[in-house]
Amino acid sequence: MLELLRQALIIIGVLAVPFLIASGLTWGERRLLALFQDRYGPNRVGPGGVLQVAADMFKILMKEDWTPPFADRPVFVLAPAIIIIATLSSFAVLTFAPGIAVADLNIGLLFFLAMSSMAVYSVVLAGWASNNKYALLGSLRAVGQMLSYEVFMGLSLMGVVIQAGSFSLGTITRAQQHLWFCVPQVVGFVVFTIAGLAETRRIPFDLPEAESELVAGYHTEYSGLKFAMFFLGEYVGITLIAALVTALFLGGWWGPVLPPLVWFLLKTLVVIAFFILVRAALPRLRFDQLMEFGWKLMLPLSLLNLLVTGAVVLWQEGLRF
Amino acid sequence: MPLRDFRIPEFDAPEVQLPTGELAHETTIVSMGPQHPSTHGVLRLMLKLDGESVLQVVPVIGYLHRGTEKIAEKRSYAMIVPYTDRLDYISSMYMNLGYVRAVEGLLGIEAPPRARVIRTILGELQRIASHLVWLGTFGLDLGAWTAFIYCFRERELILDLFEQICGARLTYNAIRIGGIVADLPAGWEDGLRAYLTAQEQGLRDYEGLLTGNPVFRARIEGIGVISAADALNWGLSGPSLRGSGSTFDLRKDDPYECYGEVDFHVATADSGDCLGRYEVRIQEMHESLSIIRQLLPRLQEPGEVQTKVPRVLKPPAGEFYAHVEAPRGIFGVYVVSDGSANPVRVRFRSPSFANLSALNTMCAGMKLADVVAILGSIDIVLGEVDR
Repeated sequence: MLELLRQALIIIGVLAVPFLIASGLTWGERRLLALFQDRYGPNRVGPGGVLQVAADMFKILMKEDWTPPFADRPVFVLAPAIIIIATLSSFAVLTFAPGIAVADLNIGLLFFLAMSSMAVYSVVLAGWASNNKYALLGSLRAVGQMLSYEVFMGLSLMGVVIQAGSFSLGTITRAQQHLWFCVPQVVGFVVFTIAGLAETRRIPFDLPEAESELVAGYHTEYSGLKFAMFFLGEYVGITLIAALVTALFLGGWWGPVLPPLVWFLLKTLVVIAFFILVRAALPRLRFDQLMEFGWKLMLPLSLLNLLVTGAVVLWQEGLRF
Repeated sequence: MPLRDFRIPEFDAPEVQLPTGELAHETTIVSMGPQHPSTHGVLRLMLKLDGESVLQVVPVIGYLHRGTEKIAEKRSYAMIVPYTDRLDYISSMYMNLGYVRAVEGLLGIEAPPRARVIRTILGELQRIASHLVWLGTFGLDLGAWTAFIYCFRERELILDLFEQICGARLTYNAIRIGGIVADLPAGWEDGLRAYLTAQEQGLRDYEGLLTGNPVFRARIEGIGVISAADALNWGLSGPSLRGSGSTFDLRKDDPYECYGEVDFHVATADSGDCLGRYEVRIQEMHESLSIIRQLLPRLQEPGEVQTKVPRVLKPPAGEFYAHVEAPRGIFGVYVVSDGSANPVRVRFRSPSFANLSALNTMCAGMKLADVVAILGSIDIVLGEVDR
C-alpha cells in the first residue's frame, strides 16, 4: 500500500514538476534574457516578478480561442495536444534520483527518441491544418529540421549507450558515479546539446517559427489555450532536453553534500540557463545552412564518435579477457 | 487609368531561371505585409516562391502616403518644416536640414557660423542614431535580439541630447530657416562628451556580438550582391551604394554646413553584399564620432544661432534644389517659388524609394530568409518611401 502511494506521488511529481519548471521558465527566461541584455524584464507582479506567470496564464486563458474557418478543425485542435503528450511522456523514463522514476524502462532512451519523433507530428499537423502559407512554410521547415536532427541526435547517444551497456537512463546515470560521460563522450555531449536545441526549435534553430520571416511559423493561426499549449510545450521540451543532458552526460543525481534530487534539479536548471544564454548570443541560421550543418558536420561527427567509442570499448574488453 | 488590382500583382519582371535538372515545381505566392514583423513599417512584398527559393519580389508601396508634397503647396515656408520631420522619421534632423537648406538657397541667406557647427553635430548624431536603429532591427531580422537592445540603449542618450535642445525625441523641428531653434542649453556639451564615451564602448559591444559571429556572417556574406554599376543605374545612394565600392558621399563631393572643414574618410566596402553594407554603416558611425569630436572645440565660440529672417517669408520667384547626405542616401529637396508666401511646388527626392527599387535585383535566386536580410540591409523607412 505504501509502495503504491509512493509510486502515485512520484507520478504526480513527474507530471507536475516539469509543468512548474516550464511555466516558471516563461518568467525565468525573460528575466535571464533581460539580465544578459542590460534591461529589467518583468519585475512588477509579485516579488521579483514571479507572479508574472500567473498573470500571463490568466490572460491567455481569458483570450478568445479562435479556430479559423478555413482550418481543418479536428486536426487543428489535436495538434497542440500531441506536443504536450509527447514531451511529457518522455519524463516517465527519466530517473531523477535512486528510486525516483515512473518507469525505468530498459529501453528508456529509445522511448524518448520515439516520443520526440511523435512531437514532429504536432508541428506538421498544426502547420498543415492551419491552411495558412506562413504556417505551411513553417511546418515544412520543421519536418526537414527535426527529422534530420533526430538522426544524429540518436547516433550521438549511442556512445553513451555503449559505455554504460544499457538503454536504461537509470543504469546510464549510475555508470557515471566516478566520471561524468561529458568527459569521455565530449563529442556526443556537444552534438546532443546542439541537436536538442534543434529539437526544441530554439534560436539558432528556431526556423519553423522565425518571427522575422514567417510571422509565427506553424502556430501563426493559434490563439488562446491552444497557443498556450505550444508555448508551454516548447518550455517543457527545453526542460526535457536539459534533464536528459543532465542524466546522460552530467552525472545525473551524483554530487557531494546535497541530496541527489536537488543535484539533478540544479544541473537541469544550469543547462536551461545555458540554452537561454545561447538565445541571447546567436542569430538564426538559414534553412539550407541548417541542413548543411546537420548532414555535413554533425552526422559525420557523431558517426566518428560512435566508431571510436566502439573501438575503445572493444579494446578495453579485449584487454580484460 | 484603371486602378491597379493589388490582389493579383503583376509579375512582369523576367523570372529567375533555376538550375536545370530539378524536379517540376509549383510556385507559391506569398503576400508579405503590410502587417508583418520585418517589413519595417507598412511595406508589402509580393513574393513568388519555389519552396524556400525566391523567384521574384514585387514591393507594393503607398500604405503610408500622406501627400506631403501636395500639403506643402498650401503651407507657408516655415510651416512645412514639421512635415519634413515625418518623412524619414528615423532621421528627422536630416530631413529638416535638407528642406531648410533649399529654402535658404531660395532666399539667398545662410545660417550663422555657430548654427552651422551645431547643425553639423546634430546631423552626425542623427546619423548615428539612425544607424543604431538600423543595426538593431537588422540584427532582429536575423534573430539576434541582444544587439537590438544594446543599440537602443545608446540611441536613448542621443535622444536625450536632442530633447534638451528642442523638447522632442523623434520629430524635432529643430533646424529652422536661417538657423536652429535655440542655442545649446547649459551643460549640453558635457552630456555630449559623456555620450561619446558611452558610444565608443557601445560600438565595441555590438561588434563583439555581431561582426565576428560566425552565424551572423554566414547569414549576410554574399547575400544580396549588387555591383557598383547596377547600384548606380538603380539610383542607389548612401551606405547601400558605398557598400558596392563607390565613394560617392555628398559630405565630401558637395560639402555643406561644416563638412568641408572637418577631416573624415568615406567608408566603403567592395563586396556589394549585406556584409559590405553592414561594414559601411559600422565604419560610418566611427567616422561620425570623429567628426563630432573635431567640432567640439568650436562649440566654445559664442555667436548667434539664427539670422534675421522676415516674419512672413516671401522668397523671390525662382527655384532651388538642395541635397544632403542623409543617413540613407541623397535627400534632395526642390522648391519652386512664385514670390508668394506659399511654395508652388515642393518635391522630395527620397533615398529609401530609390534604394527599395533595387530589391528585386538583389533578391534574385535568394532564399526567403535572405529577403528579410536584404531588406534590412538597404534600410528603408516607409515614411520616406511613400511620403
